[in-house]
Amino acid sequence: MSEARRWSDHPLVQLTRVRYREFFREPEAVFWVFVFPILLAAGLGIAFRNRAPERTVIGVVAPSGDTTLLAALRSGPELQASSMTDSAAAQALRTGDVVLVVTRTRAGIEYRYDQTRPESRTARLLADEALQRARGRQDPVPVRDHLVEERGARYIDFLIPGLLGMNLMGSGIWGLGFAIVDARKKRLLKRLIATPMSRWQYLASFALSRLTLLFLEVGLLLGFAVLVFGVPMRGSLPLLLLICLLSSLCFASLGLLIASRAQTIEGASGLMNLAMLPMWIFSGVFFSSSRFPEPIQPFIQALPLTAVIDALRGNVLRGAGLTTVAPELAIILAWMVVSFGLAVKLFRWR
Amino acid sequence: MRTRQQGPALQVRGLHKAYQDVVAVDGLDLEIQAGECFGLLGPNGAGKTTTIEICEGLNTPDSGEVLVLGRHWGEDDRTLRELLGISLQETQFSEKLTVEETVRLFRSFYRDGASPANVIAMVQLQEKTHSRVGQLSGGQKQRLALACALVGNPELLFLDEPTTGLDPQSRRQLWELIEVFKSDGRSILLTTHYMDEAERLCDRVAIVDHGRTIALGTPRELIAGLRAEHVLEFALAGAPAIDDGALRSLEGVCEADRRDGTYRLQVEELHRAMPALLQELRRQGAQLSELRTHSATLEDVFVSLTGRNLRDE
Repeated sequence: MSEARRWSDHPLVQLTRVRYREFFREPEAVFWVFVFPILLAAGLGIAFRNRAPERTVIGVVAPSGDTTLLAALRSGPELQASSMTDSAAAQALRTGDVVLVVTRTRAGIEYRYDQTRPESRTARLLADEALQRARGRQDPVPVRDHLVEERGARYIDFLIPGLLGMNLMGSGIWGLGFAIVDARKKRLLKRLIATPMSRWQYLASFALSRLTLLFLEVGLLLGFAVLVFGVPMRGSLPLLLLICLLSSLCFASLGLLIASRAQTIEGASGLMNLAMLPMWIFSGVFFSSSRFPEPIQPFIQALPLTAVIDALRGNVLRGAGLTTVAPELAIILAWMVVSFGLAVKLFRWR
Repeated sequence: MRTRQQGPALQVRGLHKAYQDVVAVDGLDLEIQAGECFGLLGPNGAGKTTTIEICEGLNTPDSGEVLVLGRHWGEDDRTLRELLGISLQETQFSEKLTVEETVRLFRSFYRDGASPANVIAMVQLQEKTHSRVGQLSGGQKQRLALACALVGNPELLFLDEPTTGLDPQSRRQLWELIEVFKSDGRSILLTTHYMDEAERLCDRVAIVDHGRTIALGTPRELIAGLRAEHVLEFALAGAPAIDDGALRSLEGVCEADRRDGTYRLQVEELHRAMPALLQELRRQGAQLSELRTHSATLEDVFVSLTGRNLRDE
């Protein structure tokens, strides 16, 4: 009773569709893979946005009727000076409501501030400049300010490739690891190999579903970053896709390796966190990995997530070409080949 | 259409399997004829699951020979798997898939086979076609497992404890489905620790204990081997024990033993043995606290062979 088989009845297609169904019918998985990175990007992007210079608030203590001091300080655009009594000024300085107190003394002017606070030091310079200029100071050298705002150098620009790399790692390792350990625990793996199913097709279905979900994952996060924060996309799109594709396969292989023997979700979960923790810390998701001391740099540079994030930043922020990111791609490929080889050797279907 | 295999569906000779220091299977022989439903009956831990999984090619024996449909495992496993239907103990299918999606997935692994809709109808899950597996009852899940085993049109069906944990109605429903498959002339190997299941479904039964076959035959032959058609069980209220020998010498009693205060007599002619027993009890001044009789079953065969009940832990 053999019927003409439709393409959709091919085992690889069926297995891959099962992967999608299992993923999209798990609202939590969808949230962590698609929504969470965007929320994180939005939150951090807003918190660390580059602000327009604010007016610095300073307190002025002068005898009543003496308004020249106040007028001089208010002439500049960057200071907001308010008159207060000596004790009120001391109180405001303590609580941080003002960063500098300017007092008229018999000898001249006294600046009261905490010199460990950068904004206090800035306020002192600005106040002094305004007061001296009001009394006729001239610049010996003519100067001109040329203000720029460089897209690509902001924190959000730095952050987006990091989040993208972290997301690729999480969905690769968790997505594959949990699904396989769960199937093993439910004895579903054993039931599957009791059929004529090809074991390669089973593993390939994970790779295929990862790769297609990848477009959504990368597209959503980058689309959000470009539209909302104006993050520049300076590199070539095909190279970006290649980096994402290799990264995703690399982390999927790592997930497969972690899941190759684990019998329980708890056991696998511990192993996954153990594998990912060093990368969350060292690989430069939220700040540059170069902040860590020199002796551990070789270790950091060898981590797959470091290579992924460096390659992504190179492509997105600096428009780096294939030859520039080749060393990173080599590290990613090496991790992929070694983990996959080991995983296939160690894998238990029962 | 495939040609049916000639000769035995399954041959097992001298099967041995040990895990570390526990011997699971200890020199087991089996031969299942084509079209036969064969039952491995035994208590938990008797080696039934290990045996059936070796036959399914999911486990390897330490020694012994296994021929499935005339082939050895390791020669052309893919082709062999096309011919087998398997239901494992405790498989949980993905709860997020529907019944239809699950059956379709399994159908995709086989070159030939039934359409998913037909198999779903065969196991009477039509109404649940689009329900998630997670919402099915235990009996419905077992029927789904059977559907996945049947979807490749197997020549030989392996069922490992197909009704364990089900309510009586679900069990009877599953038995009917297995009988339909049987009537089509295909072969079945099933394991169970329910004697009623083995009696109803199996053409022949091997009673297995500690990894060995301790009895083999049709359920009728095995029961007839007891020499007694009935079993009479009784217990006494507080009276001194009665000698087994005295009981054995009663008219119509073939065998007598006592366990945990319950006397168990194998009886040929109940209408003679019962008055004789009551008379003996009256003579000894003993008081009955329990008395029951039933026709001999496979359970009694097991008890008389091992001195234990099938479901003793």
